[in-house]
Amino acid sequence: MTDKHDLTPLWEVFIRPRNGLHHRHVGSLHAADSALALQAARDVYTRRGEGNSIWVVRSSDIAASDPSFAEPNFEPADDKIYRHPTFYDIPDEVGHM
Amino acid sequence: MYSQGLIGADSSTTESEEFLATFQARIDREEKIEPNDPMPEGYRRTLVRQIGQHAHSEIVGMLPEGNWITRAPSLRRKIALLAKVQDEGGHGLYLYSAAETLGVSREQMTEELLSGKAKYSSIFNYPTPTWADIGAIGWLVDGAAIMNQIPLCRCSFGPYARAMIRVCKEESFHQRQGYEIMMTLARGSEEQKQMAQDALDRWWWPSLMMFGPSDTDSTNSDQSMKWKIKRFSNDELRQKFITATVPQAEYLGLTVPDPDLKWNEETKLYDHGEIDWAEFKAVVSGNGQMNRDRIRDRNKAWDDGAWVREAALAHAKKRADNQHIAREAAE
Amino acid sequence: MAAPETCVPAILEIADDCLILGHRLSEWCGHAPILEEELALANMGLDLLGQASALYAHAGKLEGKGRSEDDFAFLRREREYRNCLLVERRNGDFAHTMLRQLYFAAFMQPFWRTVAATSSDETLRGIAAKAEKEMAYHLRHSGEWVIRMGDGSDESAARMADAVIELHRYTGELFMASPARAAAIADGLLPDPDTLRAEWDETVATVFNAAKLELPEIRVMQKGGRDGNHGEDMGHLLAELQFMQRAYPGHTW
Repeated sequence: MTDKHDLTPLWEVFIRPRNGLHHRHVGSLHAADSALALQAARDVYTRRGEGNSIWVVRSSDIAASDPSFAEPNFEPADDKIYRHPTFYDIPDEVGHM
Repeated sequence: MYSQGLIGADSSTTESEEFLATFQARIDREEKIEPNDPMPEGYRRTLVRQIGQHAHSEIVGMLPEGNWITRAPSLRRKIALLAKVQDEGGHGLYLYSAAETLGVSREQMTEELLSGKAKYSSIFNYPTPTWADIGAIGWLVDGAAIMNQIPLCRCSFGPYARAMIRVCKEESFHQRQGYEIMMTLARGSEEQKQMAQDALDRWWWPSLMMFGPSDTDSTNSDQSMKWKIKRFSNDELRQKFITATVPQAEYLGLTVPDPDLKWNEETKLYDHGEIDWAEFKAVVSGNGQMNRDRIRDRNKAWDDGAWVREAALAHAKKRADNQHIAREAAE
Repeated sequence: MAAPETCVPAILEIADDCLILGHRLSEWCGHAPILEEELALANMGLDLLGQASALYAHAGKLEGKGRSEDDFAFLRREREYRNCLLVERRNGDFAHTMLRQLYFAAFMQPFWRTVAATSSDETLRGIAAKAEKEMAYHLRHSGEWVIRMGDGSDESAARMADAVIELHRYTGELFMASPARAAAIADGLLPDPDTLRAEWDETVATVFNAAKLELPEIRVMQKGGRDGNHGEDMGHLLAELQFMQRAYPGHTW
């Protein structure tokens, strides 16, 4: 079957639970085009009032960071403590800052 | 709706000691493994097999209950049953998606189901001749599935654990739906009570079999526990299920069809009689009453739907081509 | 507020449309061509069964004889069901099912919108406000599929064209007012379906245009459902729908 036909593309689904929040990844589904993907996302992922806005993105369009490069990517940020407020000494008398 | 006990994937793996030790250390620290992370081939294979079986069980599981949607006895029951069976379809979909993160396509998995190569929970190869079966399935089969699925929410593989969290949240009404049906029957006429007892008699032992072979006969179980794909052994979950369910049967005034069922004061669990493993093996290997019907129905839906899927792809291609032509014309 | 003798039969016509089409959609469960569509078909079926349930309950209250929604849904004779013929048509293939949904939703969305805005019955206005949104989605969903099948592969285009030939002749009944309906219109309970025809024509023409489908010329529109004159499929549908209630009279489930 699959060798004869194209596969129906995979889409990633993002739902915004309510205004003021980010769209959040909730899962994926298959659909031939974006309109069908949006409808399917509505039917599959919002049956219990999970949100008020949907994004769908073709899974193949997502560029992901390389997990084997995770250490060089993310560990250098771990010791840059001067980016955090607690690095700086301010006397209590100054009050909240 | 699924329980462990099939799997049967080859969890053997050929990676270096050092690789395996690093991986095991991550598991032991309760770190979640994500799809692109390095993982032993045996771990990947076990998950593809298990999540695939789980997804197939949800999809095939739509059939025995779907058998009663058009004959449900009231509007309330009809709506609840349709919503429940719809959920099973959704759960199959979430699970196929989780397996797809490991590089296997839904089409591949579907082909394995349709060819009879892939297994699914043996419970769905039993027929649903009466309305009480819908009650018994919700109460017992979903009850057994919940026992298994709650620990899977903490499975070491991230996408599987996330799918299970969603599934467990949605399934919280399924068992109550079934038990409510049983309760109505148990409080009804003599004929209704008999219908309920008959359903319990037929579904009790197959429900216990859902947890899979006894620990002494279960292969691959140790490795799955070590990798934290699985958190409890088959027998542990089975006994937990029995212990939770027996008082519920008593409340209904129904008799669990096991003369050897006995409360064990020491373990605080019920000891149960001998399970007919020959029957389990027969059903798993394709010789249950409904195996061929289930696979035939799935094949029919897939084959009848082929032209719809092709039409959607053909239309999408036309649209993309037209956009392309329009863009070129504009340039 | 109109007298129960006029409102109840008119409300039951609509309730029966919703019940029978909802039942038809539920027959797909477990057999859909695409897993995503399993969820969509069930959602549409649940919408319609919910509408039927609310309408039967309301009719029972207006009638005042203690009949419950289940009494209406399960315990009437075939001739007493007053749904239009379109909704009882067998599912056929996915092209038939989606076209039937398009035809029905293209009528019901403006119907409910008008009921919500103009009906003399407050409960009905409430049911309508909710149902209108549900039918708007059915219209969008079925329309997108009719377009894809009509302008998809050669096979899908042929199947879509077959469905049009088969089903279009049942659409006329949507716009006919039975005596019960006429009385309800006169009382301001429901809109005259004929006033919704222009919008329906336009909706269907827009979808057909995008789907590259031809509108057929139908000389004789089929009718009969509103008088309880159903097709041969209806009895089989009721045999399933009513099975438990008929086999075990007077039981609670």
